Amino acid sequence: MLGYLTLILVCQLIGETFVVWTGLPVPGPVMGMVVLFAGLVVRGGLPDDLAKVSDTLLIHLSLLFVPAGVGVMLHAGLLGEEWLAISSALVMSTLLTIAVTATAMVAFNRYRGGAQGGGENR
Amino acid sequence: MESGFRDIWVYLAATPLLHLTLTLIAYQGGYWLYRKANLNPLLNPVFLAVCVLVSILLVTGTSYQSYFEGAQFVHFLLGPATVALAIPLYRQLETIKQSAMALLVSVGLGSLTAALTAVLLVRFLGGSNTTMISIAPKSVTAPVAMGISEQLGGLPSLTAVLVVMTGIFGAVFGPPLLDLLRIRDWRARGLAIGTASHGIGTARALQVNEVAGAFSGLAMGLNAVATAFLLPLIWRIFF
Repeated sequence: MLGYLTLILVCQLIGETFVVWTGLPVPGPVMGMVVLFAGLVVRGGLPDDLAKVSDTLLIHLSLLFVPAGVGVMLHAGLLGEEWLAISSALVMSTLLTIAVTATAMVAFNRYRGGAQGGGENR
Repeated sequence: MESGFRDIWVYLAATPLLHLTLTLIAYQGGYWLYRKANLNPLLNPVFLAVCVLVSILLVTGTSYQSYFEGAQFVHFLLGPATVALAIPLYRQLETIKQSAMALLVSVGLGSLTAALTAVLLVRFLGGSNTTMISIAPKSVTAPVAMGISEQLGGLPSLTAVLVVMTGIFGAVFGPPLLDLLRIRDWRARGLAIGTASHGIGTARALQVNEVAGAFSGLAMGLNAVATAFLLPLIWRIFF
């Protein structure tokens, strides 16, 4: 277990180093996630203990962003001034995102379904 | 008596233990209520915990800085947890392989829509540059969204709160919108909810339908990667 926790930290370290080194504007931990994902694909299989460690980290993922969320108290002024712009953007953008994603997926499935039904040449 | 209590509080507030413990208690209290309410997204545990903790800090006159000295131990785990997101994504590898094009195009379009419409709307409605950056990754799961926000010069804490609010809004209003659009395919419904409202939407989708839940979780992971790589590039080109 400790070994896999170390592996996760090593992946993060590789990610952070890579990002600083290349100047790539991507969060270091995301790069670390890509490294770990690529490693699993190459290895071809998920070790049980790695799954356990990651499930432990992720089961209460939302707890981990409480401290940052509390930081919103520092920006009460900004929220007070811009609440209308923020809430309108949040509401409209979220609805549009849901509509666009679902419509694209349905259109794709229909297109593919049609192609499959139309011919045998898959 | 009064001053005795005050002395103890002052003593405890100077160590990381108090605020770390308060963070865990507030979150678990919120989680308990959320479960009692049948996982109703309106009683989101993060939202409840943040409200309780901000109230405590304001009432006791504690600065965020001294709170964070305790809370940083929880905060630190965001990085490793982000790396660990590779595992749920890897578990979906077969699904990704089967319909790679459909998934990438749908989530890619959704990811672009989420970021661009939020940024343009804030700009159009007269919001500041900081707000524009902080709201851009609002549909991405919080740990990744905060990293993106920090990269681009936004306020990670504002992003964290906007992410949670987006998640709650999408989880509550996403399903009725999809009904209105007459989209019944569970895969498309899950994918849309996960792209727009990350983990909070995924929790909701899992309750309704297993397929929708799986696609929602998958969309959450893909959107996190897509936004983390695309948004900074687009930002450099346009702004």
